[in-house]
Amino acid sequence: MEKMSRVTTALSSSALTGHTMHCHLDAPANAISVCRDAAQVVVAGRSIFKIYAIEEEQFVEKLNLRVGRKPSLNLSCADVVWHQMDENLLATAATNGVVVTWNLGRPSRNKQDQLFTEHKRTVNKVCFHPSEAHVLLSGSQDGFMKCFDLRKKDSVSTFSGQSESVRDVQFSIRDYFTFASTFENGNVQLWDIRRPDRCERMFTAHNGPVFCCDWHPEDRGWLATGGRDKMVKVWDMTTQRAKEVHCVQTIASVARVKWRPECRHHLATCSMMVDHNIYVWDVRRPFVPAAMFEEHRDVTTGIAWRHPHDPSFLLSGSKDSTLCQHLFRDASQPVERANPEGLCYGLFGDLAFAAKESLVAAESGRKPYAGDRRHPIFFKRKLDPAEPFAGLASSALSVFEMEPGSGSMSWFVDTAERYALAGRPLAELCDHNSKVARELGRNQVAQTWTMLRIIYCSPGLVPTTNLNHSVGKGSSCGLPLMNSFNLKDMAQGLGSETRLDRSKGDTRSDTVLLDSSATLITNEDNEETEGSDVPADYLLGDVEGEEDELYLLDPDHAHTEEPEYVLPQEAFPLRHEIVDTPPGPENLQDKADSPHVSGSEADVASLAPMDSSFSLVSVSHALYDSRLPPDFFSALVCDMLRFYAEQGDVQMAVSVLIVLGERVRKDIDEQTQEHWYASYIDLLQRFCLWNVSNQVVKLSTSRAISCLNQASTTLHVNCSHCKRPMSSRGWVCDRCHRCASMCAVCHHVVKGLFVWCQGCSHGGHLQHIMKWLEGSSHCPAGCGHLCEYS
Amino acid sequence: MAEGENEVRWDGLCSRDSTTRETALETIRQIVLRKTEYLRSVKETPYRPSDGLSDAGSLDGLNKLLAHLLMLSKRCPFKDVREKSELILKSVQELGIRIPRPLGHGPSRFIPEKEILQVGSEDAQMHTLFADSFAALGRLDNITLVMVFHPQYLESFLKTQHYLLQMDGPLPLHYRHYIGIMAAARHQCSYLVNLHVNDFLHVGGDSKWLNGLENAPQKLQNLGELNKLLAHRPWLITKEHIEQLLKAEEHSWSLAELVHAVVLLTHYHSLASFTFGCGISPEIHCDGGHTFRPPSVNNYCICDITNGNHSVEENQVNSAGNVSISDSFFEVEALMEKMRQLQECRDEEEASQEEMASRFEIEKRESMFVFSSDDDEVTPARDISRHFEDTSYGYKDFSRHGMHVPTFRVQDYCWEDHGYSLVNRLYPDVGQLIDEKFHIAYNLTYNTMAMHKDVDTSMLRRAIWNYIHCMFGIRYDDYDYGEINQLLDRSFKVYIKTIVCTPEKVTKRMYDSFWRQFKHSEKVHVNLLLIEARMQAELLYALRAITRYMT
Repeated sequence: MEKMSRVTTALSSSALTGHTMHCHLDAPANAISVCRDAAQVVVAGRSIFKIYAIEEEQFVEKLNLRVGRKPSLNLSCADVVWHQMDENLLATAATNGVVVTWNLGRPSRNKQDQLFTEHKRTVNKVCFHPSEAHVLLSGSQDGFMKCFDLRKKDSVSTFSGQSESVRDVQFSIRDYFTFASTFENGNVQLWDIRRPDRCERMFTAHNGPVFCCDWHPEDRGWLATGGRDKMVKVWDMTTQRAKEVHCVQTIASVARVKWRPECRHHLATCSMMVDHNIYVWDVRRPFVPAAMFEEHRDVTTGIAWRHPHDPSFLLSGSKDSTLCQHLFRDASQPVERANPEGLCYGLFGDLAFAAKESLVAAESGRKPYAGDRRHPIFFKRKLDPAEPFAGLASSALSVFEMEPGSGSMSWFVDTAERYALAGRPLAELCDHNSKVARELGRNQVAQTWTMLRIIYCSPGLVPTTNLNHSVGKGSSCGLPLMNSFNLKDMAQGLGSETRLDRSKGDTRSDTVLLDSSATLITNEDNEETEGSDVPADYLLGDVEGEEDELYLLDPDHAHTEEPEYVLPQEAFPLRHEIVDTPPGPENLQDKADSPHVSGSEADVASLAPMDSSFSLVSVSHALYDSRLPPDFFSALVCDMLRFYAEQGDVQMAVSVLIVLGERVRKDIDEQTQEHWYASYIDLLQRFCLWNVSNQVVKLSTSRAISCLNQASTTLHVNCSHCKRPMSSRGWVCDRCHRCASMCAVCHHVVKGLFVWCQGCSHGGHLQHIMKWLEGSSHCPAGCGHLCEYS
Repeated sequence: MAEGENEVRWDGLCSRDSTTRETALETIRQIVLRKTEYLRSVKETPYRPSDGLSDAGSLDGLNKLLAHLLMLSKRCPFKDVREKSELILKSVQELGIRIPRPLGHGPSRFIPEKEILQVGSEDAQMHTLFADSFAALGRLDNITLVMVFHPQYLESFLKTQHYLLQMDGPLPLHYRHYIGIMAAARHQCSYLVNLHVNDFLHVGGDSKWLNGLENAPQKLQNLGELNKLLAHRPWLITKEHIEQLLKAEEHSWSLAELVHAVVLLTHYHSLASFTFGCGISPEIHCDGGHTFRPPSVNNYCICDITNGNHSVEENQVNSAGNVSISDSFFEVEALMEKMRQLQECRDEEEASQEEMASRFEIEKRESMFVFSSDDDEVTPARDISRHFEDTSYGYKDFSRHGMHVPTFRVQDYCWEDHGYSLVNRLYPDVGQLIDEKFHIAYNLTYNTMAMHKDVDTSMLRRAIWNYIHCMFGIRYDDYDYGEINQLLDRSFKVYIKTIVCTPEKVTKRMYDSFWRQFKHSEKVHVNLLLIEARMQAELLYALRAITRYMT
C-alpha cells in the first residue's frame, strides 16, 4: 500500500496520460469512484468491489475488497465513494441499508473499518465532506439522511426527508456547512449540517424522482440535477429562490451527472435505462451533446472524471461488466453529424431558412445574379472564442417574407373555375382561356393561349387584335423561341420567391429580432449596391445569467462594448444583407426595346411566378410561313409546358395538355403527364374545387389518373341488427334475414336513396324524410332527436 | 312491426345534462311500452309465463331491456334516472309483464350489502367519480362500488383503466377488450369475461373470436403463451419469449403494442384477483345478476354453487365468528403488540447476513406450501375455458413439485427507476398513471386498525407488499423477512396466497377467517395492496425481459 501511494503521488504531479481503454470486470458495476491521485479507481456492485490501478495502457487489478467466506449483503454496494483528502479511506452504501467504511491502511486482508446499520432501507448514496476528514453523509430509501463522524460509533445527526426516499446527497464544494439532497418526489433540499431540525430550502426540481445532483466545482451557486423526467437542470442557488439557469433534455432518465473539470459549462450524464451512452453536454447548447462515448453495451451506472483538474479523462463503469477510460479527444461528436440546415414556415407564410454560414456566403458571393430578389434579413453573430461549436454553429438565417396579398391564390381559383377545357372547337377554347387570363391580369399566360391558337388553328383566322400584347411586333405569326439565357434568368428570378418588404416594418415578423433589424438594416436604398458584402457586425447575444433577452446592437456600438457575451440558446447569427441587384439582363439593356419585364416591377405572388419578370420571346425570325404544319411546333410547345410546370404553374401545363389533346400528348412522356395531373388535382382539391378536379380527372387520358374517379366508390353498409357488413344487397342482411334500412316514415324498405340523420341515425326515403321534416322538427322514429335536413 | 326503430340508445343517459337524460329516458320509456303492448297484442292471453316461442326474439329483447332498466334503477349515479327507470319497470309490471329483480346480496357476496355504500348516498367527491365512470362505460360496475371504500385509489384506478381501454394507444379497441378477456379467462373470472365480451362486441369485435383463442388472429394467439406465463409463473419469462412475439413476420407485435398488451394482461390478472378476493357478484344486467323468477323459489344463483358459497354457509361462518369474537379481539391486540415490538427492538437483535438471506428463502419456499386445506377442484365453466388453451397449467403445478423460483433482486431492477422509464417510453403517459396508482395503493392509510386509531400501519403494509413479491421470488435486500412471519398469521397468508395465485379458489370462508375484527373497508384495502403488488411483480418480470431484449 505504501509503495502504491508513493507511485501515484509521483504520477499526479505530472500531466496525465493514457488511452481510451476498457477492462472486463467479473460482475456488473453499480458505482465507481476515483482516488484523489487519479491513478486508482474503485468499482463497486452487487457482487464486485475492487480497486484498479489506471496505467498507461490498461487497468490493473490492485485489490479485491470482497473478502470472507460468505458474501454478505453488506458487500452488495449501491454506491461507493473515495475520500478526496485521505487516499486510504473509502465508504460504501449497501443495498441492505448498511454504510461501511474501509481503511486501505489496515494491515489485514479485510480492510473493513466501520459498520453503520442505522438506515432501515437501502442506502442510495454516500458522500464524504470535501475538506473534513471524518465527516460522512448518507442518504437512504427510508427517507433519512445521516451524518457520521468516523471517530464515533453512531451517527452524529439525522435529517428527515419526511418519509420521501433520498436518492442523492452531495456536500457543497464551496460552502462548508451546506449539502444538497434529492428526493423521489422530485424535490431538492438544501441543509445546513448544523441544523438537523429542518432544511434551509426546498424546491421542486423535477417531475418524478431526482436521481442525482452535482455541485459546480467552481461556481458556488450552481447545482446540476438529473431526473427520471429525462431532464438535466442547472440551478442557481445564490438567489432568493432557486432559479433554473439551464435545462438539457436527454432521451432517457438521467442516472448520474458530473460537471466536467475546467470547463465551466460542460457536464457529463449517463442514463438509467435504454440508453447506454455517456454524453457530455454544453449546457448552453441543450439540444446536441458536445461529445458522446459509445463504448458500453449496457447501461452506464457510474461516471467519474479522473482528475479534478483534467478535463480529458472520463472513467465509467457499466452493467455490461466493463470499466472504461474515455479520452475526450476520442469522443464522437454528434454535431458533426448534425444537419446544419433548417427550414420553417411561419404562421403567415413567412419562410425562414438557416444554414451554415459558409454555405450561404459562398453561394451569395458566387451568384450575384440579376433578378435575385431573395432579400432575407440577416443576422451576424459575433463568435465567442470560448464557444465550443464555433466552427460548426455559425450559421446564417434568412427570412423570406410574404408580400401582402401575395398569399392569396384567388387567381388560381378564378382561373380554374373559368377556364374552358373541352366541349368547343380548339380555337374557341384558346380564345376563351386567353381572355380569362387577360382579365385576371396574367398577360403572359393569355399570350401563350393566343399563340397556341395561332399555331394549331388556321393562321388566317387570327385577328391581329388578339395580339395586342404580342411581343413579336405586328407579326401575325410569332414564333415563341425561348431564349435559353432568358429562361435561366427567369428561373432564378422566380425561384427567389418574394422579396422582403422591409420598409413597411411589418409586424408580422414575429420576433423582436426581426422587428428591430428592420429598423436597423438599411433597406431599399441599397438595392442598387452591387456586391453587398458589407460587413455588418450585428451582434445577437444575451448577457450571461440574465433572462433570455435578445439584444440587437448597432454596429457602431458593438465594438465599444467589451462583451463576454454568450450565445443565447437558440441564437441565430446575424448576417449582412444581400442587396437587390437590378434584374436587367445583360444582353438586353434597353427596356423599351425589349419585352423584358424587370424583376423589380414584378409584384406578383410567389406562387404565380411566371407572371413576374417574364422575358419570354425574342423574335429571331420575323415571319414564318403560315403553311408550316403544327407538328413543327410541338417540340416547342412541349418545352413550354415543361417550363410552366417547372415554374410551379402546373395549372397551365395541364390545361394546355387537355385543350390540345392528341396534338401534344405523344411528345410528353406518360409519367410526366401523370405527375402534372396528380399535382394539379391535388391543388384543386386543396382549394375545394371538387367539380373542376373531377372534370380534370375525367378529361385526362392517363389511365392512372382517370381511374381515380373509380376508386372507393363502394359504400359499405353494416346491418343495424347484427352489426355485420351486408355483402350482397344493401337492404337485406344475409345473416339475420331482416331488412336493415327501414324508412322511419313509411316503415318500408328503402332501396334507393337513404337519407339519415347523423345525430340519431334514423332515416328513410329521401322524399318521405323531406316531407316529414317540413311538418315536424322531431325525428320521425320518435327518438326525440331534433333532426335537421339541409 | 320493425325492430329498427326500437333500437335503444343508452348513451343519452350518460350525459351530465339532466334534460338530455330526461329525453333519452322518455324515448326508452316509449320503446319499452311499445314493445310491451306489442307482446300483449300478439298473445291473446294477457298474462302467461314467458314461453312464447314465436316471439322469443322480441321477448328476449324486452327482457334485456328490462334488465338494463333494473340495473339503472339501482346503479345509476343520477337520481332522476334511477327513479324514472323504476317507474318504467313498475308500469311494465302493471301491464302484466314479469319484471326482473336483482339476485344476490349487492355488489359483493362477501360483504353485506348494508356495509357497502348505496348509490345515491355518496358524497360530492364520490358522486363525481361515479358520474365519470358512468359516462365512460354507461354503467357503474360492482368493482367500482366496492372500491369506493377508498375513493382516492378508485379515482386513480378508473383513470388508468379508462386510459388503457379507451384513450390513445397502439392497440385497436377490440384487441384491448379481447386481451382483457384472455387475461381474465386465465383465472376463470366469468365476471370480467362477461363484462368485456359485451364491450368487445360493442366496439365492433368479431364474435367468432369469442369461440376460442384459436379463432382469433394469429397475433393474439401468439400472446397466449405470455399470458399463461405472466399469470402463473412470470419468472420464467425470458427475452426469447419477447423475441418470438416481436419477430413473427406478419404477425409480429411492435414494442409499443407489446407493452400495451403486457400492461393490459397484468391489469386484468390482478383485477381478477380483486374480483374473487372481494367476491364481486355478477352485474345486475348480465347473466346471473338478475332473475325473472319470483323470489323464494331459489335463493342462490349458479355462481354461488360453483364457488361453494351457499347462503347457508354464510350463517355458519357468522355463527363461528360470533363464538370467537373475544379471540379475534385479542388477535388485533396481539398484532399491534408485535408491530410495536418490531419497531422498538429492531436494532437490538442483529440478525446475521446468512440469517437474513435464509429467512427470505424460507419465506419463499413456505409460501409455496401455504394453501387452503380444502383444495377442492373447480372445473372451469366451459364457456370460459374456451378463451385459453392449456387449462391445466396453473400456479399449483410447480408448487406441488416444489419448483425453484429464482430470486429477483429489486435493487437491480425496480419499478421506480427502470420499469417506469421503459413503459413511459414505449406507451407514453401510462407509466405515469400506473406509477401513481402504485403509490396510492402502497401509501394509502387512514392510520386505523380495526377499532384502533392513530396506528402507523406502514410496517404491516410493507410486510404484505413484500410477502406478495416474495411469492414471486422478488427480494428486497433491505427487508428482514422475519417480520412477515411475525405479522401475518397463517389464515391471512392462505388468503393472500390464494388470491394472488389461484384467485378462483377463494371462498367466503377464507375471506371471513382472516383478520376477523377488521372492518370490511380494511379487507378491501388489503385486496388493493394485493392486486397492485401482484401487478407490479408481473410487470417487473415482463419489463425486465423486454429490457434484456432491447439491450
